[in-house]
Amino acid sequence: MITIVAGGFISATLVRYAPGFGTDERQLDARLSGDSIQAIQNAHADERNIVRFYFVSVCKTFRGNLGMSRSLNRPVRQLLQERAAVTAAVAGKGLALSWSAAVLIVFATWFFRTPALGIPVTLLSGMLLCLPAGVLALLAILLNQPGSLVIALIVYPKVHRYLSNLVEAARGLSHITTARAKGISEPRVFFWHVVPVIKREVLALAGVSIGIAIGAAIPVEALCGIAGIGQLAWQSALGRDLPLLNNVAMLVIACVVLANSGADLLSEERRHPA
Amino acid sequence: MKRMRVAAASLACALVFISVTGSFVPRFDYSRQDREHINSGPSRGHWLGTDDLGRDRFARLLHGTRISILLAPAASALSMLLAFGIGAIPGFAGGFAERAAKTAIDLVLSIPWLFLLLMVRATLPLNTSPAASVTITFLVLGLLGWAAPARILLARARSMRQAEFIILARSTGAAPFRLLSKHVMPNLRPILLAQFWISVPLFILSEANLSILGLGVAEPLPSLGSLLRELETVLSLRADIWRFVPLVMLVLLVSSLQIAVSEREVSL
Repeated sequence: MITIVAGGFISATLVRYAPGFGTDERQLDARLSGDSIQAIQNAHADERNIVRFYFVSVCKTFRGNLGMSRSLNRPVRQLLQERAAVTAAVAGKGLALSWSAAVLIVFATWFFRTPALGIPVTLLSGMLLCLPAGVLALLAILLNQPGSLVIALIVYPKVHRYLSNLVEAARGLSHITTARAKGISEPRVFFWHVVPVIKREVLALAGVSIGIAIGAAIPVEALCGIAGIGQLAWQSALGRDLPLLNNVAMLVIACVVLANSGADLLSEERRHPA
Repeated sequence: MKRMRVAAASLACALVFISVTGSFVPRFDYSRQDREHINSGPSRGHWLGTDDLGRDRFARLLHGTRISILLAPAASALSMLLAFGIGAIPGFAGGFAERAAKTAIDLVLSIPWLFLLLMVRATLPLNTSPAASVTITFLVLGLLGWAAPARILLARARSMRQAEFIILARSTGAAPFRLLSKHVMPNLRPILLAQFWISVPLFILSEANLSILGLGVAEPLPSLGSLLRELETVLSLRADIWRFVPLVMLVLLVSSLQIAVSEREVSL
């Protein structure tokens, strides 16, 4: 909770002191009277003191009032509800794709144990690690591919690399060597002996991969034109929209912290069953 | 594996040499506009063709690579300096300083890297001079990239606190500064070096991401990232294949840097 609140405060402070904060293009409208321009300027007055603004907005957040977005002129709560579902779907599909591919490939490498499979896979994941998320998003637009595939391609190399390292480390364990020496089939060794050993680390990796997917969603949604939380974060930062950016930052940090804490809790439970 | 590392390091050195020396050749002026050849394909005069303003793509690639190659290590060095200050010193000191440093590291690491980077860069001035935009972009990278190395340095410095050679040095009356400079720093140097080389490709990729989104290096200065923005206007892979040369350059540079840093150093 401290991390979420502190993260929101950092983002609010950044926007508050950003150049252009508090300016409104309506102030340049020659038809408006001095009183009207003053009223527009006063609309930002409550945001000048960042500590006061943040304290009030956190109190309001706990009561369910997230404020109004200045750039999009809509309630923040409504925006977050609409966009969160889109990002959850895109990031969820991307995560499912990347994990399925990584698990399948790691299992196939274990089962066949041939360099003909291992080398191209390592080269592919190495190459994906060298491509910026933005380039992958642009290539997806060019090749008419969905944004979830881009997220999958960003998450996959990290998951694959860590999973294959874990499995390789488990291969050298004495009980696994014994099981193989006794003639137990490779799939059985994998699912009965390797998976229980690496389960905790895999859960932790699952938590981390959610954070990677959320981070990747920002350039992907901004470039592919997907109306999700990533695009909202992008628009709110460029539009100096303090109430919106504040809540988006808290939501993103909350998702990452919850995913990591959930994975930690699950892995702890598996280590010390009740 | 060692041969591969040597080959990767040689390739990285060759790319650095070509981009740095090539960008000083007067023929390769990145801002000169050839109004007779706009959006043209590769020719004798323009080896990689020209962009929509008639500027030579090859010259821009040389200059762009030079900017990324020279400034990413500078940003990485700044990050390592901060990581040492925020991670190693409190880790060695222990107590409240260590707890505060750990909280700060956890806080920064809990925010996705790209999200943090975009948020900070988007809130800084965007309509600045090209030189200022380069400085701001790499300064932001340097100022934000300290958290992961700091965590590793903190753990290592904490483990050194009770090491025999430190206790011995303390018992002989060595001052804290002397302990840090003569005993802690030499032991942390391999980790700092490894983290420095890990951060360089990461910063090159991050700059590319920022520039693709229009938050990186401003025109007319080129960078590897800003050159990749041209991919937005590519209509087909076959017709505009030479436009992918900056991408090939980026992949070659980043992969050679990643391979050149050995697994042993990374896992220290």
